Amino acid sequence: MGKAWVFEGSIDTDMLAPGPYMKFGIEEIARHCLEALDPNFASRVRPGDVVIGPRNFGLGSSREQAPAALRHLGVAAVLAPSFSGLFYRNAINVGQLVLECPAADSIRNEDDIEIDAASGQVFNRTTGSIIACAPVPPHLLAMVKAGGLLPWLEQRIERGELQTR
Amino acid sequence: MGQTLTEKLIARACGRDAVTPGELVTCKVDLAMMHDSGGPRRVKPMLERLGARIWDPDRVVVITDHYVPATDDDSREIVATARDWVKTAGVRHFHDSIGICHVVLAEQGHLRPGIFAVGGDSHSPTGGAFGCYMFGIGATEMLGVLVTGEIWLRVPQTIRLEWTGHLAHGLSAKDMMLAMCARLGMDGGRYQSIEYAGPTVRALGMQERMTLSNMAAELGAQAGIVEADQTTRAFLAAAGVASVDIESWQGDADAVPAELHRFDANALAPQAAAPHSPANSAAVTDHGVVPMHVAYIGACTGAKLVDLRMAAEVLRGRRVAAGMRLLVGPATAQDEAQARTEGTLGALLQAGAELLPNACGACAGYGAWRFEAGTRVIASTARNFKGRMGSSSAEIWLGSPYTVAAAAVTGHLTDPRLLLDRASGIVDRGN
Repeated sequence: MGKAWVFEGSIDTDMLAPGPYMKFGIEEIARHCLEALDPNFASRVRPGDVVIGPRNFGLGSSREQAPAALRHLGVAAVLAPSFSGLFYRNAINVGQLVLECPAADSIRNEDDIEIDAASGQVFNRTTGSIIACAPVPPHLLAMVKAGGLLPWLEQRIERGELQTR
Repeated sequence: MGQTLTEKLIARACGRDAVTPGELVTCKVDLAMMHDSGGPRRVKPMLERLGARIWDPDRVVVITDHYVPATDDDSREIVATARDWVKTAGVRHFHDSIGICHVVLAEQGHLRPGIFAVGGDSHSPTGGAFGCYMFGIGATEMLGVLVTGEIWLRVPQTIRLEWTGHLAHGLSAKDMMLAMCARLGMDGGRYQSIEYAGPTVRALGMQERMTLSNMAAELGAQAGIVEADQTTRAFLAAAGVASVDIESWQGDADAVPAELHRFDANALAPQAAAPHSPANSAAVTDHGVVPMHVAYIGACTGAKLVDLRMAAEVLRGRRVAAGMRLLVGPATAQDEAQARTEGTLGALLQAGAELLPNACGACAGYGAWRFEAGTRVIASTARNFKGRMGSSSAEIWLGSPYTVAAAAVTGHLTDPRLLLDRASGIVDRGN
């Protein structure tokens, strides 16, 4: 469980991974994640916290540093009514859990949130309400649990399922 | 019921006779394109960690455009990594500092109807202008493609955007695109596949079709496709691609798209998008008088040869307004050379344009070119997100190259038709 960070308006990849820091590694990019909306987010978010966003979350660039910055900060999940398709794929690939929740906007800042990724159930401990989210397809959830596509490929290579030539 | 072109392209790539929207398939990749930012510097360490090699180096194209020309040690190292890596990885198709990846990919003849391609950039749908399926992916997903030669896909629905009517002088594909952004919104594409169709689209040259496909990204679609025809064949022949099959890559006449949206070019006026979204588009004249500080003709979306020609048509024999800056970064060195030869570039420079390198430049917002606080910019680029191209208090407006050039002359948002001589010839849409 973790604390909810609610962001409204429109969240694009430039807000999540600002251009001027793209030449650096993920530690530096993560330090500036969402600073245009909340300068304290990166320094105050704690592992296990949950980001609540608007529809079409993560629109814009193909830069996977956008979800990777959130994962680097320890964000347990991003909940939004919808995600940009490219952001959604990148999130899975870097091991960041994302859940489509039509009623994500019922969550308030600092609400205490608990998530069951497999069933797509989100429990708001502050209000006592349960918020139904679309479950992540099993093969994608497996990739998230492995830590993303890279460790997942590593596992497949170890099992001999994939030849690397 | 027949198949849409989208379904035919995906069916071929996943080795099936037909596919149905919604099903998960694994496709073989014919072409994988990367640039210097999301490419070698990111995939090299991951390939080393896996001890893996590229499945087929001849199907990989690397193009440097984001960190060129390099301006500091960090960007120099990023570009150097790309140069070294293509050698060790055996990638022959390496285009270094000759232009922006999506435009270079087309001009160098890598695209053709029927192929299934991925690119490490969100504007990769640009390739769809050639009747192929192309979409953008991130660096880790690119690693997966490089190792396996495959990628999973949820077969998209087909969204047909059909244009009829004649595009009048002073209007362009960019105006069509901004009008579509206004009507459908930035998530109107729902990560499905857009097919641009109708006589207005067929009348466009390849570079304007590329503008439509490019900004499928701004509609939130995975891909943005135009069926190939003789215009496609002629462009590819000029790019050195001899035999092109266009007949196999047409949607069936009885295929039914999931959505059909109709647009009328006869009713279209020049469009401009207010900050901070392409969906904030409306007719230029509906925005009132908006003073500008900078006019920017740049990026894969808005600085191809055809775009430079549109700007030159407005600027020829005129001067940039006092206090205005006009920045022009031709999308590729080849387009710049042609523009120079034919006098297009001369018209821009004589009007007072400052020439920028053949690179992503200010559009990517990565460094060297960032607009300062309070600056109001009108750009021929694709995106005007808050803070993307500079300070979060910079205001970025979007318009066609005609509209950007008109603002450069007057110093404020202006309907370019007021400056175009109705008697002069229409811009050559041959590219």
